[in-house]
Amino acid sequence: MRGPLSFETAPALEGRGLVKKYHAHRALDGVDVRVERGEAVALVGESGSGKTTLLRTFNALVRPDAGEARVEGRPVAGEDPVALRRRTGYVPQEGGLLPHWTVLRNASLVPTLLGMPDAAERGRAALARVGLDPDVFGPRHPLQLSGGQRQRVALARALAADPPVILLDEPFGALDALTRGELVETFREALAAPGTSALLVTHDLRVAFRLAQRVAVLKDGRILRCDTPEALRARPGDAYVAALLARGGVA
Amino acid sequence: MRRAAGAPRVVLTRLRRLLPVLLGALLAGAPQPVRGLAAQEGATPVPPARDARTRPVVVASKPFAESLLLGEVFAQLLEARGVPVDRRPGLGATEIAFRALVAGAVDVYPEYTGTGLLVILGETEAGSAESVYRRVSRLFRERWGVRWLAPLGFQNTYAVAVRRATADSLGMATLSGLAQRAPELVAGLTPDFMGRADGLVGLREAYDLRFGEVRPLMQAVKYRAVAEGQVDVIDGYSTDGALDRFDLVVLRDDRGFFPPYQAAPLVSRRLAEERPRALAALGELAGLLDESTMRRANRRLEVDAVPVERVARELLSELGLVAAPETRDAGGAGRNGPEGGLGRYLWGRRGVILALTVEHLWLVGLSLGAAVLVAVPGGLALVRHPRHAERVMRGAGVLQTIPSIALLAFMIPLLGIGAGPAVTALFLYSLLPVLRNSYTGALEADPAAVRAGTALGMTSRQVLWQIRLPLAAPVIMAGIRTAAVINVGTATLAAFIGAGGLGEPIVAGLALSDTRQILSGALPAALLAVLVDVALGRLERAVAPVGLREAS
Repeated sequence: MRGPLSFETAPALEGRGLVKKYHAHRALDGVDVRVERGEAVALVGESGSGKTTLLRTFNALVRPDAGEARVEGRPVAGEDPVALRRRTGYVPQEGGLLPHWTVLRNASLVPTLLGMPDAAERGRAALARVGLDPDVFGPRHPLQLSGGQRQRVALARALAADPPVILLDEPFGALDALTRGELVETFREALAAPGTSALLVTHDLRVAFRLAQRVAVLKDGRILRCDTPEALRARPGDAYVAALLARGGVA
Repeated sequence: MRRAAGAPRVVLTRLRRLLPVLLGALLAGAPQPVRGLAAQEGATPVPPARDARTRPVVVASKPFAESLLLGEVFAQLLEARGVPVDRRPGLGATEIAFRALVAGAVDVYPEYTGTGLLVILGETEAGSAESVYRRVSRLFRERWGVRWLAPLGFQNTYAVAVRRATADSLGMATLSGLAQRAPELVAGLTPDFMGRADGLVGLREAYDLRFGEVRPLMQAVKYRAVAEGQVDVIDGYSTDGALDRFDLVVLRDDRGFFPPYQAAPLVSRRLAEERPRALAALGELAGLLDESTMRRANRRLEVDAVPVERVARELLSELGLVAAPETRDAGGAGRNGPEGGLGRYLWGRRGVILALTVEHLWLVGLSLGAAVLVAVPGGLALVRHPRHAERVMRGAGVLQTIPSIALLAFMIPLLGIGAGPAVTALFLYSLLPVLRNSYTGALEADPAAVRAGTALGMTSRQVLWQIRLPLAAPVIMAGIRTAAVINVGTATLAAFIGAGGLGEPIVAGLALSDTRQILSGALPAALLAVLVDVALGRLERAVAPVGLREAS
């Protein structure tokens, strides 16, 4: 067993034997997964494969029926979910920005919740990091922005408190291809920052291959394969995985 | 109350009593110490523990001319005998007046034995006047402890009337006589009377009555129609002032078909037991008022539009019960003074209208304010306990379906009459729109924002106050606005339980067929509803979050 002393060397995220049932349906059917420090792992698969459920076990939005999820070595089940979520970055699909708050206030949300005295400064810096001039965009409201700009604000909000782990749930799901292309670069730079670990859910294999060091393929609540893009391309090892890669245009 | 359906009749409210006072004060340039809610606190069912001898006797009446007149007669007689009086004229219906009496919120009001038997006891067979009086006396005392004092002397029952010329030329004095000549005659009857078992239907059987023709006629036009010869026979009530005014002959019910409606003071248990002096004073009226006397008095009131206080005073002095009234302003100046346009009429009553509007706003404001204080936090709390939400909504929905008058009647045993139960009823009616909008508004507030807020570490309290509430604000305001506009309308019914407001002239005017008086309540009420709607509509836009307003 890992003791407290090993927290610093524990993987950023670790799931072991995770099971989640919704009535008779097993959304997660015994999943083991690891995200090393500084690594980005993508979860890919068809709708209903369990990838979003798996992601949400790491910020306690989903409570597994069996198995254990750990963040930086500490079991999620033993933590105050609010404190856990405040130190875990999160980018939901379609942004989920608070429409009645300005862009700057949205970007400064997590530092504010954490009571950081320089919350606004952190929000401004985060906006600048994702390519939005805080002086121009900070005072605006989310509904005055384009879809791509809103996703940038959502990323800035996830980054503002410098969390060691960022969870991304289909962050490009609702965007057109052109916008997505520009945005993926911004996200890649953000995730490449030292010490930042990420778990990314996407149905877009090109995005997964571009952003992640390793890609896990899920089907029916299980991980079929988890490997680097190169290794997956070279040896899909499974007819389903090969077909998925082919359909996703990354074979 | 048998007259409610077919025959809106004269109502005089304390408005008329108030008018000279208010106008006088207005002319004197004095600010109005209006009868506000504070003044009505005395309307609680259990009066303050004062000495039983000095507590004012609460005298009520129902909303039609004769009842109002008799109530005023009771009140003036009691005052003349040194008994202090609290007047509650024109209570909404038999149900309300009687419940108030049983609950002890009212000490005495005029009632009819037939109404007591058929409406309150729900019996279907009447009998002779004496047997009906004995029966209601015994049963009312046994069941509720309330007492019928001795009958006043007249009956206000159904009447079938013809022009004097018709009666004379055909030699008719009775309904049997009418039946003989009926095939030659045209009857103009109110639809209500035509359909009732104790109306035309029963009359046909009892007297083998077959008219040549029957035309349905509304109450308002039938007297003129018979006077001008368009019809020969009409139905009415035996003490209608108009029978006197148009010189009609009431045909005697020689087979005793119509149920007896003897008028008598109906008094509460407490008055009967604790106030012998008041009881004795009311007893002085026994047998003194015959039908022609009442017809004349009703005519003064309904046709000549003499204020009810004056008619009552004249009646009492005529009976020798009080000293003759001073003849201050000779001539039967009508209620409205010189005839004029609606504008001038309304302007002339601006003081009263303003006072009633203020009273109305109090009723609406207090009830709505209380509903907001309860239903907005309630609706938000339900978001965090969704399991109870459906049940609570259904409960509030059931409250909404209770007819206003019924709700007011239910509350009399608990809250008596006056502003208290009115505000309570309006409060209950306001709950549902505010509760539902608060709940659904907060529940359905931008789900993506709510999920993201939670996922980034906002507590459920922070999500509620910082996301759900601001996003739901316009929806909540819309609910408050709906409740407010409904309340302004519903509050007019408060007049039926003595709570005042703009309903007073509406109820009075409806019973009087006095359009101007109706409008003097209805126009301000409508205007108030529009103003409230506009003002709260602005507020609704003002509370819309900035980010959403710019987007729309």
